[in-house]
Amino acid sequence: MLENIAFLQSDFFTGYIQPVLVITGYVLLLVVPLILAMAYLTYAERKVLAAMQLRQGPMMVGPFGLLQPLADGLKLLGKETIIPSGANRVIFVIAPMLTFMLALVAWAVIPVNAGWVLADINVGVLYLFAISSLGVYGILMAGWASNSRYAFLGGLRSAAQMVSYEVSIGLVLVCVLLTTGSLNLTDIVMAERDWWVDLLLFPMFIVFVISALAETNRAPFDLPEGESELVGGYNVEYSSMTFALFFLGEYMNMILMSGMTAVLFLGGWLPPFGIEALAVVPGVIWFILKVCFVLFVFLWARATLPRYRYDQLMRLGWKVFLPLTLIWVVIMAGVLVYAEALPNMAGG
Amino acid sequence: MSVFLDRVARGFLMTELVKGFALTLKYMFKPKVTINYPFEKGPLSPRFRGEHALRRYPNGEERCIACKLCEAVCPAQAITIEAAVRDDGSRRTTRYDIDMTKCIYCGLCQEACPVDAIVEGPNFEFATETRAELYYNKDKLLANGDRWEAQLAANIEADAPYR
Amino acid sequence: MVTAGKRNWLPISKPTRPTGKERQQTMIESLFFYVLSGVLVLSALMVISAQNPVHAVLFLILAFFNAAGLFVLLGAEFLAMILVIVYVGAVAVLFLFVVMMLDINFAELRRGMGRYLPLSGLVGTVMLVEFFWIFSKWTSDTAAVAPHMRHAPLEVSNTHALGQVLYTHYAYIFQLSGLILLVAMIGAITLTLRHRPNVRRQEVSRQVDRHPKDVLRVEKINSGEGVS
Repeated sequence: MLENIAFLQSDFFTGYIQPVLVITGYVLLLVVPLILAMAYLTYAERKVLAAMQLRQGPMMVGPFGLLQPLADGLKLLGKETIIPSGANRVIFVIAPMLTFMLALVAWAVIPVNAGWVLADINVGVLYLFAISSLGVYGILMAGWASNSRYAFLGGLRSAAQMVSYEVSIGLVLVCVLLTTGSLNLTDIVMAERDWWVDLLLFPMFIVFVISALAETNRAPFDLPEGESELVGGYNVEYSSMTFALFFLGEYMNMILMSGMTAVLFLGGWLPPFGIEALAVVPGVIWFILKVCFVLFVFLWARATLPRYRYDQLMRLGWKVFLPLTLIWVVIMAGVLVYAEALPNMAGG
Repeated sequence: MSVFLDRVARGFLMTELVKGFALTLKYMFKPKVTINYPFEKGPLSPRFRGEHALRRYPNGEERCIACKLCEAVCPAQAITIEAAVRDDGSRRTTRYDIDMTKCIYCGLCQEACPVDAIVEGPNFEFATETRAELYYNKDKLLANGDRWEAQLAANIEADAPYR
Repeated sequence: MVTAGKRNWLPISKPTRPTGKERQQTMIESLFFYVLSGVLVLSALMVISAQNPVHAVLFLILAFFNAAGLFVLLGAEFLAMILVIVYVGAVAVLFLFVVMMLDINFAELRRGMGRYLPLSGLVGTVMLVEFFWIFSKWTSDTAAVAPHMRHAPLEVSNTHALGQVLYTHYAYIFQLSGLILLVAMIGAITLTLRHRPNVRRQEVSRQVDRHPKDVLRVEKINSGEGVS
């Protein structure tokens, strides 16, 4: 029936339309679960925080409040988008879109299972690093375009903070790359490391998680939106969907950072601790569980730690993490060369 | 030296951080102290002073004898009473209004009442959408009394030994 | 011509595809090329013509981005990513950071325009003429350049290829550039570092080292006696 239609046989269809449709399908297959995950991350955050503070959290909408994210989303959709009269309209509107888009775009290279990746590019780690370093623009643009002091201060803080912690994240990535010998994320997951190399990487794992907290502006490093002094920071002037995009972008970034942590340190879709028997569970499940674990740590940290002061934040980034990671790169390189444990470079 | 080592070890192993995290994790599994409010409610004292109600005798006769003690004692002057002789010769109110927006829920009216007619009941969920709905008249108060009578009587009985 | 010589440096890892699709592939590629370079040129123009300096920086970022896209089209994904990370992720953020904090009076800016126009126009024209002159005479002798060019082996990714060249044939130059950057960094730090003796600073190590045993004294006080 369908084969009879000439259009479907044409060169144009098979060459252009079909691939585009297929790619769009793949993208939707990735993006829809991600957006769902994002929505339920907000729910999980409220529930986990509530549990740790002996509260109940959202309970009203649906059983156990499970439909709360939906209700929140609808509420935000129904609100009016306010653009302040002094604001730079174009940049003001672009900023939240940029934040949200960048958070989604980065997922193109994350392998959620063996071969389940949209773009299996050779420089996956660099791509992730590049995209996460762009995240600062959304916030900076929002802060500037709002034409508000609070927003501007929040934007500046955030820019300085993210740039500072990117440095240590970069050096941690170098440490990981030393042990894998490839920038491809699938290769990184599949790289076989000795137990002592894992042990050597453990401090870097801690540094990475803490830096990820700072990079995503999460507590205890949520100074850009410090309510007590900045009444919300860079997104004070935003309302409705523009605010929702920032909000979702932040949570998306959290999931992204967790995904990165899972891929770089926790072995991606592989069963934990290399236990063969656990391989019966599909890899995606392991990947999701690992991401959930890191996300839980994010929320856990928010429930546990008070907000850093700004100078302490900068001190931690530049005077503790930077020297530590630099020294660790040297140590790891030295040890790996000495033990002849460097991955085979000729391979590619 | 050992003190120094101890401190360095603490710093690098982040013992304090770990302790803090352990504490919050422990609390996560403790029973919650909040209740799921509209479905679960906390206990109320029999002396709880909520929404007002005018009670009746078991035979259906209203208790209020229009002595106006409550009107006199009300510190917020929220109560307005007008009285007249009813057809059967008894003294009754023709008007008994309480402005719930003025009321401070001090409970002096029920203290002053010689016949336990005006009482403050256990109901605290009487929010309204308009202000006008909070100007209670006699009908509303009597209706409240009929609605809450069982609990009101039980509360008065529970509190009686302490009066 | 020169760029053509350079292109061979970067291993173009074009995967082999069925020949039927080859034409479409190149068509899409050239489409992307024209879009990217078009946006690149336009945004570069906007950088120098935008009234608002913040807009100029944002256009600069867009230009960087499109340049990175062109690198990807060339098959030089490593360079593309490094361009984004270094220029967009770090340098331009600092630009934006500084420019945002400037309080610029546009009327003030335009006032000197008429006075400086002849001189700047002269300098610009001279430069332009020089460039034209140089580029019209510039030919590269492919035969002379060829011995210095090495084709990167196609089986390795271009990150490996770059590394292999950078750490073998150009190791000294690479180290030297690193040294220059180090010197520049130290220079910048020494220029801006000021020791202010009267500032009270938080000393975290001292705070952490404080032990309750050393600074706290718990006493049992009988009522009416007080502490001696």
